[in-house]
Order: sequence, then structure tokens, then C-alpha cells
Amino acid sequence: MRNEAGRGGGGYLAGVRAGLPFALAAGVVAISFGVLARSLGWGVLAPIVFSVITFSASAQFAVAAVLGAGGGVFAAIAAAVLLNARFLPMGAAVAPFLKCGPLRRALEGQAIVDASWALANRGGGRFDREFMIGATVPQFAAWIVGTVVGVLANDLVGDVERLGLDVIFPAFFLALLVVELKSGGRRAIAAAAIAAALAAALVPFAPPGVPVLAACVAALLGLRGRS
Amino acid sequence: MSALWVAIVAVTLASAAIKAAGPILVGGRELPPQVNAVIALLAPALLAALVVTETFGDDGHLVLDERALGVGAAAVALALRAPVLLAVALAALVTALVRLFG
Repeated sequence: MRNEAGRGGGGYLAGVRAGLPFALAAGVVAISFGVLARSLGWGVLAPIVFSVITFSASAQFAVAAVLGAGGGVFAAIAAAVLLNARFLPMGAAVAPFLKCGPLRRALEGQAIVDASWALANRGGGRFDREFMIGATVPQFAAWIVGTVVGVLANDLVGDVERLGLDVIFPAFFLALLVVELKSGGRRAIAAAAIAAALAAALVPFAPPGVPVLAACVAALLGLRGRS
Repeated sequence: MSALWVAIVAVTLASAAIKAAGPILVGGRELPPQVNAVIALLAPALLAALVVTETFGDDGHLVLDERALGVGAAAVALALRAPVLLAVALAALVTALVRLFG
């Protein structure tokens, strides 16, 4: 499993280069996160610390969405955790290609983000460790810089709603969803459809945050035999 | 804002643990296929729910407003294989224009 050292086409630098377009996207999304966090009254420090130590667009947006809608802390944490649960199978898939030693593996696993994981996928269950870590570096840098810019330029950017920046949340989630549906096949499409219907049905009745949490029961579709 | 800090710390620890779990626990072994199948469907289910609530949800009501047009524009762009960045920017642009002239 660990003969990748001499394999061509990989390397940290190649990964960094491949990650640059995604870093640009991450930077723009981070700016909007910073602006939105300010509009929710989070101040300057909290959004920046959040981006530095969590480095997860979906988790941070989920917390902002739930708390911003008046939901509770537990609902916000649960939504973020469930949303990031996808890193469990991703990490399991990458595991054989990381350097040995539990602590080292745990650290290298922190480099798993959607774009890097997908970029490092070499097919047939193989992953390019150096490529994945390299691709994450510029995205992490852009995520932090973008958040700082968004938080500090809040006054310049002004009213988030007037500029349509509030729809960056759902548009970004939609883009991630499209990627999931392309790779996940029919069952992913069915799970997404059920979840969307459940969430829509619950919005008028359930407290904020609950419709999104309840929709995850659609994932139990995975227990059904392979179709 | 202590509730916010609780959320930030908890989400950070949980997220790091989730990312570390696979590499530490799995090693060479595989998770039971059923567990993997359910986890694999969590992302599409949650993303779909977030798209719906963020596009149509408004303070406990389902509404059809400028956001639906913006996200719809992003959907069309993504269907035409536009880059994510362009689709997201288009959503903001369309929503802003409809709010300006609508």
C-alpha cells in the first residue's frame, strides 16, 4: 500500500497548483461568510477564530444558518456535525495511503476537504496523499484571508441582502449537492429528494434548525439492499 | 455571545474528531457496508434540506421570493457545467438585480 513514494504525477506542489482555483472560490465564499457573520452580530474575533480552527464552509454556514434563524446551540452543533459526517467515509477511504502512526494519520486527516479529496482520488480506491495535502494548503490560506476581509470590509460591503449575498448560502450548498448527486447515483438522488420534501414540510411547524436535522433520516435509505 | 463560542469550540472538536476517526480507526479495515451507506447519504440529504430551508424558508413560512430566482439561476448554470464560483456569483447577482428592479 505504501509504494507511492516513487510514483510520478503526484507531489505537494502539483497538489497546490490544482488547489488554486478552489482557493479562489473558497476565498470568495469566506468573504461572504465574514460579512454574514458580522450581520448576525458575531463581532470581529469570533468569525475569524471560527475559520482558523474549524476550516469548514458547510459546518460554519450551518451554524450561521441555524443560529441566525433563532435556533438553539445544540441544533446548530448537531447540524454542523451531521453535515461534516461525510468526512468519516472520506477519511476511511484515504486511510491506507496516509503515513503510519495514529497521531500522524489523525493530523494528515485534517487535510481532508471536499475539493482536495476529489482531486486526490486516483480511481480504484487509490488516493494521492501528497496531492491531497498540497491542494488543501491554498484553500486553507484563502479561507482565513477571505474571512478576515469579509469581517473587516463589512462596512464597505454594507447590506448583505441588498447585494444578494444571502443566497450564497443556498447556492453554495446546491453546488456541493450537485457534486454529491453526480457521484452518489440513484440512492443519493432519492435521499436528497426525500430530505428536501421533509424539510419543506417541517418548516411551517417545527422550530428553526429542526427541519434540517429531521431531514437526515432520509439517509437511512442506505440501509436498504443495493438496487 | 457565549452560545456562539460554545458552538464554535464544539463544532471544531467534533469536526477534527470526525476527520481523524477514519485514518485512526480504519487503518486497513472497512466499516460495515450498511454504516458506510448511511453515512454516504447524510451529505446529499442534509445539503438538499439546507438548500430548501435557505431558499424557501422565511421565519417559519415557505415563501417564493427573489432568493428562489437567484438559486434557480445557479441551478441552471450548474446544469450547464458552469464553475461553482460562477454559479454562486450568478445567484447573488440575479437576486440583487431582482431586489433592485422588482
